[in-house]
Amino acid sequence: MDAAIRTASAMPVQEMGTETDTRDYLAHARAHARKAGYADWTIVDIDAHHVETVHWHEIIDYIEDPVLRHQATMYQKERIGAPPYGLNGDLGLRYQDVGGRIPHQSSRREKVDEPGVHLDVALTRRAMEALCVDYMVLFPTPMLFIGMHPQPEMEAVLSNAYNRWLAENVLSAEDGILSLAVLPFNSPDAACRTVEEFGANPNVIGFTVTSTRYKPVHSNEYMRLYRMIEETGKPIAFHAGYHWQDPSLATCNSFLGMHSLGFVWCNLVHMTNWVLNGIPERFPKLNSLWVESGLSWVPFLMQRLDDQYLMRQSEAPLLTKMPSDYMRESCFYTCQPLEKSSEVGLRATLEMINAETQLLYASDWPHFDFDAPRVIYDIPFLTEDQKRNILGRNAARLFNLPSKAGARKAA
Amino acid sequence: METVRVGSVEEFEPLPARKVVEIGGEEVGVFRLEDGFYAWRNNCPHQGGPVCQGRIYNRVLETLDAGRRSLGRRYDEERVNIVCPWHGLEYDIRTGRHPGNDGMALEPVAVQVQNGEVYVSL
Ligand code: FES
Repeated sequence: MDAAIRTASAMPVQEMGTETDTRDYLAHARAHARKAGYADWTIVDIDAHHVETVHWHEIIDYIEDPVLRHQATMYQKERIGAPPYGLNGDLGLRYQDVGGRIPHQSSRREKVDEPGVHLDVALTRRAMEALCVDYMVLFPTPMLFIGMHPQPEMEAVLSNAYNRWLAENVLSAEDGILSLAVLPFNSPDAACRTVEEFGANPNVIGFTVTSTRYKPVHSNEYMRLYRMIEETGKPIAFHAGYHWQDPSLATCNSFLGMHSLGFVWCNLVHMTNWVLNGIPERFPKLNSLWVESGLSWVPFLMQRLDDQYLMRQSEAPLLTKMPSDYMRESCFYTCQPLEKSSEVGLRATLEMINAETQLLYASDWPHFDFDAPRVIYDIPFLTEDQKRNILGRNAARLFNLPSKAGARKAA
Repeated sequence: METVRVGSVEEFEPLPARKVVEIGGEEVGVFRLEDGFYAWRNNCPHQGGPVCQGRIYNRVLETLDAGRRSLGRRYDEERVNIVCPWHGLEYDIRTGRHPGNDGMALEPVAVQVQNGEVYVSL
């Protein structure tokens, strides 16, 4: 072989692991962003996650009740071999990384040496830089199951502590790190207090119902809450999750099966009750956002409800139009995890939900089924204008976010 | 097409071994299994992830008994997969194909060994 032959340079990271820097892990997303020219696009990521239990020892300091706070402090200090104080969880959390195949799902143990910067801020900034997003909305992870807590009062105690901790330590308008405050939905009065407390906070751009729960969203006890949220001008989000102990889902023997159904099932039920009970008619200015169920469930439910509704209108007398009309006019959706194995199916879905105005980009980083912005950018039948709407403009309109395309993105 | 040296054969130990390199902005993963070398572009057909920088796992199989009852899963001793670290899609290191979808495959890169040195041509 010719002696003048060049030697290739070895990549600095040979194998990605839990200690890999987020920016290395997502270097291909960053390279795509440069190539696509995202510097002058507004990109809003409506659903990314942090692992709040890493900072549980900080969060318990925000528990209001002095007895519980003391109990939590003692527990965190002395107890070993148990989950964080007060939290329920789900068995499925053990399987999300597919047995170590997806390390960023397991943990992010990368080196962060930024004195004075909270770890979650540092990690979020890195992800934002790599994905080239201007705003990132942070959701918790194990707390997505908190609606199944056997003690409704503990749901309120922990949700309040988490919301306050997050607002004081992590959220930042300057960085574009935002949240949709977690509502203790099993206690409607406590949920109203959450709206009172955070309604005017500019970094809290809406309110979240963690969808894994067995509460009917149309119950009269929620009408005051919906009125209050509507008055803030901010949306209510239903963030999906699973519950493997649900009797039907308990028949699924793999995380694959359980997760495919579970993350949709909760929102299918809530959306059905939301629309058929005329919540959009009662609160016409209240926008709802349906998070992390993907999209293919929406056309299914639109068709199913429309057909049934025509035969049984007397059971949904508040409706003045077809269920699917509400679902495409007052409901918004996040795209992740975008089902894209069928172009025909995807095209029909985007048309049926009116994606041009109703669809919002979400990464779900750092979870195993995260979507980089190119899932939208690469859809062959969308125009650039439609892609810009989905990746950022629709969210900017819904949440009144100023354009931030700027220095960090251009770098 | 340019031929570029990736390293010596001894660098590719213990097996399975891999070296991911960058050549003029192109990233390539070179793998050594017992029967030889294989090279693939470091670009996952799923979402463009860094597939060659993932972990290496043997393919998983399910065993059925004569009555078609499941006896559980086991690892295939022969077939070795590279797992894309972004979302876990697996590709057979020898064929570049996804084990559950033949149409989904990595882009091959020509690899050869001469005088104890490993070369790829792009
Ligand atoms: S990009 Fe490789 S698994 Fe998704």
